[in-house]
Amino acid sequence: MRQGELSLAGFLALLSLYLMWKSTELPIGYISGQGPGGGFWPFWLSFGMLLSCAAIAWNWWRGRSPASVSDEPLMDAFGWRTVARVGGGVVAFVALIPIISMYGAICLFLVYYLRFLGRHSWLLTLAIAIALPIGLFFFFEGAMYISMPQGLPFTQPFFDMMYDIIY
Amino acid sequence: MEVFSLIVDGVATAVQPINLMLIVVGVAVGLFIGAMPGLGSVNGVAILLPVTFLVPPASAIIFLAAIYYGAMYGGAISSVTLGIPGASTAVATTFDGRPLALQGRASLALVTAALASFVGGTVATVFFSLFAPLLADVALSFGPPEIFALMLLAFATFVGLGGDDIPKTIFSICFGLVLATVGFDTISGEPRLVLFDIQGFLRGIGFIVLAIGVYGIGEMLWTIEQTRGDVTTTNPKMTAKGLLSDTKESVRRGWKGTWIGSVLGFFVGVLPAAGATPGSLMAYGVAKMTSRKPEEYGTGSPDGVAAPEAANNSASTGSMLPMLTLGIPGSPTTAILLGGMVMWGLTPGPRLFVDESEFVWGLIGSFYISNLVAVLINLAFIPLFVWMLRMPFTILAPLIFVLSIIGGFAATRSMHDIWLIVIFGISAFFMRKFDYPLAPAVLAIVLGPIAEPTLRQSLLLSSGDPMIFFTRPIAAPITVIALILILWPAVKLVRRKRQVVNG
Amino acid sequence: MTLTKRLFLGLAASSALATLPISAVAQDWQPTRPVDFTIMAGAGGGADQIARFVQSVVEANDMMNRPLIPTNRGGGSGAEALLHLKDARDPDHTLMVTLNSFYTTPIRQEGLGVDIETFTPITMMGVDPFVLWVHTDSGITTFDEYLAAVREMGGEYVMGGTGSGQEDSIVIAYMSGVYDLDINYIPYDGGGAVARDLAGQQIMATVNNPAEANGFYEAGDFVPLLAFSDERMEAYPDVPTIRELGHDFSYYNQRAIVGAPGMSDEAAAYYREVFGQVYEGEDWQNYLKSESLSPLPMDEAETRAYWSTQVENHRELLSKIDG
Repeated sequence: MRQGELSLAGFLALLSLYLMWKSTELPIGYISGQGPGGGFWPFWLSFGMLLSCAAIAWNWWRGRSPASVSDEPLMDAFGWRTVARVGGGVVAFVALIPIISMYGAICLFLVYYLRFLGRHSWLLTLAIAIALPIGLFFFFEGAMYISMPQGLPFTQPFFDMMYDIIY
Repeated sequence: MEVFSLIVDGVATAVQPINLMLIVVGVAVGLFIGAMPGLGSVNGVAILLPVTFLVPPASAIIFLAAIYYGAMYGGAISSVTLGIPGASTAVATTFDGRPLALQGRASLALVTAALASFVGGTVATVFFSLFAPLLADVALSFGPPEIFALMLLAFATFVGLGGDDIPKTIFSICFGLVLATVGFDTISGEPRLVLFDIQGFLRGIGFIVLAIGVYGIGEMLWTIEQTRGDVTTTNPKMTAKGLLSDTKESVRRGWKGTWIGSVLGFFVGVLPAAGATPGSLMAYGVAKMTSRKPEEYGTGSPDGVAAPEAANNSASTGSMLPMLTLGIPGSPTTAILLGGMVMWGLTPGPRLFVDESEFVWGLIGSFYISNLVAVLINLAFIPLFVWMLRMPFTILAPLIFVLSIIGGFAATRSMHDIWLIVIFGISAFFMRKFDYPLAPAVLAIVLGPIAEPTLRQSLLLSSGDPMIFFTRPIAAPITVIALILILWPAVKLVRRKRQVVNG
Repeated sequence: MTLTKRLFLGLAASSALATLPISAVAQDWQPTRPVDFTIMAGAGGGADQIARFVQSVVEANDMMNRPLIPTNRGGGSGAEALLHLKDARDPDHTLMVTLNSFYTTPIRQEGLGVDIETFTPITMMGVDPFVLWVHTDSGITTFDEYLAAVREMGGEYVMGGTGSGQEDSIVIAYMSGVYDLDINYIPYDGGGAVARDLAGQQIMATVNNPAEANGFYEAGDFVPLLAFSDERMEAYPDVPTIRELGHDFSYYNQRAIVGAPGMSDEAAAYYREVFGQVYEGEDWQNYLKSESLSPLPMDEAETRAYWSTQVENHRELLSKIDG
């Protein structure tokens, strides 16, 4: 924890510096007769972020925040594994959207989560993983008129069929 | 009293069978749409706009207003049960609504939200009926300096909201405000902070992206990791008797927040550009500040649910006022309603009350009825929403992830934003681990896009002289109060330190 | 089809149903999926209103076999919408409702790499003229009085408009250029906010489109002084045009529907047919009148020629602002 606290503050400080640098593309000063320029607000607020990071580091050095005096690891192996499985699942879910369409990705994600993380029966898993995307399709495409991303061309016939049904 | 006979006529219009049916359908549809994370009243109203061509204008606007109302009630449902604010107006509802749900008291939170919404909506409608033309003039006297002062006040009421770690809270506020500036600078007409030169950032970073990332992904990861994947959802019991006692409790412990939210929400909602979100945030802040037990806020105080919920309903009624009387939309939803009225051949504006009196009073009458219908439908559905919470967590969690992603896409229609949601979510998880409060960032990204342009417009008006905030009759008192509130914690801190030293 | 629509079919039967005598379009090509109807601006503005109006006419008369899906992509002053069309995965199902950022944004943000002349012209629904407005309480009733007032204030005269480099600022920059005026210009997010602040007298004058100002005009709050149209406007017959005052200038906001680059000819023909019918329908013609839009029907070749002259004009106008 102790090490993590400082690393995170350092990382956020770098982010602040990047934002400050990026803000300078527009005038960051106070233009006489006009008030602040376009970069003023983001620049000085990023500077505020940087100062906060410095204060966080100062608190760390003095051992004032709970994390900075904790010897516990950030997460144990089990914690890391859980986060990697769940977080990784979500990342994979999003990465799959442009390939097998939103609904296909939802289906796979549900199978992965319910069956392999949740250890539910195949029956329940498949029931939810198939019924939910279809229900969402009718809700979004049919009732709400919102088109979700479709996948690579091979998903097309399926969508054409569904559109024939709902419109 | 002429007003009363007009209201009676209006209510009579609203209870005609076709209108009454439209109200019931509209409220139910709105409730459902509002309860979906990512979808809010603006989606509901926009989607059903074409349908309203099939009925006369008076019925059409009643229908759309009913959806608007229903969605305002519905926003609280996702805030409480899923912990994801369905719309920016429901952010403050998560602060206490979510803790209550985690304590197994979701039904108390939902009942409180419904009742507070009802009171808020009704109080606002009464104000609306009595003072509409008068308030329209007040709203017009709010120029950029006044609106900026108001935003400052909204921030001030929130200074105490963050955690105990002051630098981390400040970091969070600044971070939210910087994110709000990404995209495009209207004043200079230049792209700004297009991070890493990725063109997707040109569209800016919406509130909903950060909120879904933080609450939908980050918070879920945190819960799963914290509980080691084995969440014991406290089994909320649902009985008629329980519901009754929840109602009593919410009246007893939520009346003050309701009262503050109803009044404050309406007046903030009336102001152009402000709308329901700052209204609900300020109501929460003021309720907490004036409370005798501010420490209860954030841990599951019914007042903390009641204040923002009363305020956002009250404000949504209030924001109809500038739309009808001036033709100025106070929120994206009213902007679409306004477009609808133009399509039906009505000209919103100062003459509408005179030229289309029957239309206007029919609408006002429908506010009373919609509110009643909304609270009844909402209460009837509470057992269903509570039942949802009893699902095993290994089923609920993936459903929340799916709803976050698909709802996020529905709201933004952009894969770029979906990736941002994931990135914010994972970052939020780690920041949460190190006690960075993230609610201030979410609030900042809501208020930033109003605060920054109005600040710069004001300074352009005054040729760069900041005294403009202290010399205008309405802006000056608001600015001064805001500054006092912002500096107050610092004063208290110094005093406490001195006491510690003396002691 | 949908929950809500089914409900409304029942409703439709019981209420007055305004149906146009428009037959369904029978042609070779038909859309196979919902059509992306991108709006180059945020919710509530002029372009948004028009898009939703057109969509509801199409919907109410069942003119297409797949729905139009209006989506606001106003980010970066329309850059988001332009990029969306440029990179459209499926050009045959991607349309856009424009305003003049269609011309200005690619010029001001060259990094986008958008060339609007590659886009597919569909239908010009009309053009929206600009008018100079002041508040009644200012006592100004003619353009000459306005000029005198601005000169007297010496740089303190405050006008509001949309963001720098957008329509309002172009019109105001031209006007202050030819009359040598010193105006304090305050940029706003959209025309609605500008009209509001004129009504509240936070600013002294604006160049709103008639649609944004009509409510206040009818209530007697706003006074039109000068029209930036080619001919005098029907709604304000006593208001002179800037052309009459000897300046060869007019400025309109373009309300057009365009298709993504690379749209097939069959698809373009289909949409031209559909929106052509909308254009000629009674609903749209009434809308043009009530919102004081000018008709400007053009075929494909004319539109392309019109685009290149507009791009040239805007390049010149913008160079004056930035320079």
